[in-house]
Amino acid sequence: MSRSANISSRTNRTIIRLLYLLSSIFYLLCAHSAHAARIGDISETTLWDQALRFFTFQDPSVRYALLGSMLLGISCGLLGSFLVVRKMALVGDALSHAVLPGVALGFLWNMSKDPVAIFIGATLAGLLGAGAVHLIKQTTRLKEDTALGLVLASFFAVGICMVTMIQRLPTGNKSGIDKFLFGQAAAIGASDVKLMAIVTGLAVVVIFAFYKEFLVTSFDAAFARAAGFPAQLIHYTLMLLLAFAVVIALQAVGVVLVSAMLITPAAAAYLLTDRMHRMLLLASLFGMFAGALGAFLSFLGNNLPTGPFMVLAATAVFGMAFFFGPRHGIVARWWRQRSRSARTQRENTLKSIYQVLEGREFQGEGASLRELAERRRETLEEVAQQAAALRAHGLATLHDDGNHVFLTPEGWQRACAIVRNHRLWELYLTHEARLAADHVHEDAEKIEHVLGEETVRELERRLAFAKTDPHGRAIPGLADAQRGTAPGPRDDLVGFGKRP
Amino acid sequence: MADAPPLEIHDLTVAYHKKPVLWGVDLVVPPGKLVGIVGPNGAGKSTLIKAAMGLLPVSSGWVKVFGESVAKNFRRVGYVPQRESVDWDFPVSVMDVVLMGRYGKLGLLKRPTKDDHDKARECLDKVKMLPYANRQISNLSGGQQQRVFLARALAQESELYFMDEPFAGVDAATESAIIALLHELRAAGKTLLVVHHDLPTARNYFDMLLLLNMRVVAFGPTEEVFNYETLQKTYGGRLTILSEVAEAVRVKG
Repeated sequence: MSRSANISSRTNRTIIRLLYLLSSIFYLLCAHSAHAARIGDISETTLWDQALRFFTFQDPSVRYALLGSMLLGISCGLLGSFLVVRKMALVGDALSHAVLPGVALGFLWNMSKDPVAIFIGATLAGLLGAGAVHLIKQTTRLKEDTALGLVLASFFAVGICMVTMIQRLPTGNKSGIDKFLFGQAAAIGASDVKLMAIVTGLAVVVIFAFYKEFLVTSFDAAFARAAGFPAQLIHYTLMLLLAFAVVIALQAVGVVLVSAMLITPAAAAYLLTDRMHRMLLLASLFGMFAGALGAFLSFLGNNLPTGPFMVLAATAVFGMAFFFGPRHGIVARWWRQRSRSARTQRENTLKSIYQVLEGREFQGEGASLRELAERRRETLEEVAQQAAALRAHGLATLHDDGNHVFLTPEGWQRACAIVRNHRLWELYLTHEARLAADHVHEDAEKIEHVLGEETVRELERRLAFAKTDPHGRAIPGLADAQRGTAPGPRDDLVGFGKRP
Repeated sequence: MADAPPLEIHDLTVAYHKKPVLWGVDLVVPPGKLVGIVGPNGAGKSTLIKAAMGLLPVSSGWVKVFGESVAKNFRRVGYVPQRESVDWDFPVSVMDVVLMGRYGKLGLLKRPTKDDHDKARECLDKVKMLPYANRQISNLSGGQQQRVFLARALAQESELYFMDEPFAGVDAATESAIIALLHELRAAGKTLLVVHHDLPTARNYFDMLLLLNMRVVAFGPTEEVFNYETLQKTYGGRLTILSEVAEAVRVKG
């Protein structure tokens, strides 16, 4: 890990030089306006200054804050993913609150913010909390959620008392222990970053090495145990890593919100993919991003608490996934719904054209908008819109100033198919399900749009290739659909009304 | 120990919170048999197979698989858990699940090899689920999910299989596919113990029946065990099921 730290510090140095150059040019250009701005609005200049200070990485505290925040984002994202798929989100919450007394004890050990002492204290407190949950579950009738809630609150209360006591001590008020509540990335020091790098590295290596064990025990613990995997041991390993991740995240995110860094990036990743390895990758990337952005915003606001900013950044990522996720996102789902209903609408129009043609015993070609409007019991404007939609999809052509709709070969085929679906289904319901003939139309109106080719074939077989529906109308067969498409001189203009 | 029976259970007692759910079960299953485990709800059918695989602590007694403890011989045991026991929204594909059947044979730190992928595909093909290999598991019907579980068990290449209600809530096509598969496995010399809840079909499906109601009521070849007295003993006192028993016997008669 020290090697990668070296590499990143080397990269950092290069970036620093580059940014320093850029920023000097920028300063020269802006010197005048910046001076002018100071008279009008002081805070704006400060914001700029802060942003520049952040991006030049001159300040070692900025480097530590940024690096640390990104590291904790990675470990939280990775381990949080397992929490989410194992439905243990509450465990993360309980664990993060339970560590606070341990943090206070670690501080009391030698009255300073020694990362190692705090790490050990917090981990022990976390494990004690987990043990308490287990004990309550085993010895009482209470279920896990209640046990978690109990332990979370009581440990947190003890922690708050201890932190308040420490702050009353003569050296306490300068200790920065209060930063553990809401997080302060700027308080991250060199030794903290080292510890964070070790823990994050450990989490990455363990999860990579034992990926299949983590996967199979998370998905199906009983099967995993039957196949010889020590599910219990793997569970405890995960809990220990989780406790580590929570503890290293404490300083930057704070006890109150650290569980959000576990859950939110993982939840966003869960919405975006349905493969575990991709979820792990995405969750750690999101965690890293949220960590970096949170650290930056906190720094910008002159060291405001970091935790809320990180969590807000992660929540923003989650919001993006929630709304714009390609598969499960709200927008995508809305869009699919919309295109489905548009298709249904087109198919209904095709069906009406077919029925108009059928009403004329397939004499004459195409249907006029007026006929269509009567058939569909809709206004001319509505029907004209539907006809335009058919044309846009290459299912029909319009003639006589758009007053006459002619089906294209594809349009005729689709019209035949939809009418066939409808009538076959009606017949099936009356024959096989023994429904009365006047009960089946509504159902067929819905089913006709979703019947697959395979199902239609099966229906035909079962109905012994019946020719007419329960109302005595002919069911268009495959041959009818084909006949309409027979090549002719005016092929793409002619309607398909010539049924022998 | 080549001649040791696939499964030998001696005086097995299992208790939940000190309340026994299985009493003194003695059982020796001969090799190459398709055994149905039948009994009323709460009879301890699932408990028995879980205890046999060492998934539950036992109060007394012992279990031997091919003459050894199951902890030593877990590689020779395959398991199909109840379909409801897992979260089908879990982010894995059908292929991932079937590959899990290979995990037990891989060592620590090993990843599934190309051979394992080939094997998994072969098993998926056997249950006619190969076209679904790359689907996420939540997009499957109940019957398809069950077939994925069966493919995973096949991929385990075990000699003794425990199946927990593989016929529960599946369509007719899947049911006949599963039966065909069970017969195929039996023909290959495997021993299968299948928890089953439907009395009328139990008679046709299995070579041997284990009638269970907290203890072994009867165990033996189906034609010997499946009669009114033993079924009444198994289901005794549960009136609604008694009529089912009567019907099952009538169908047989």
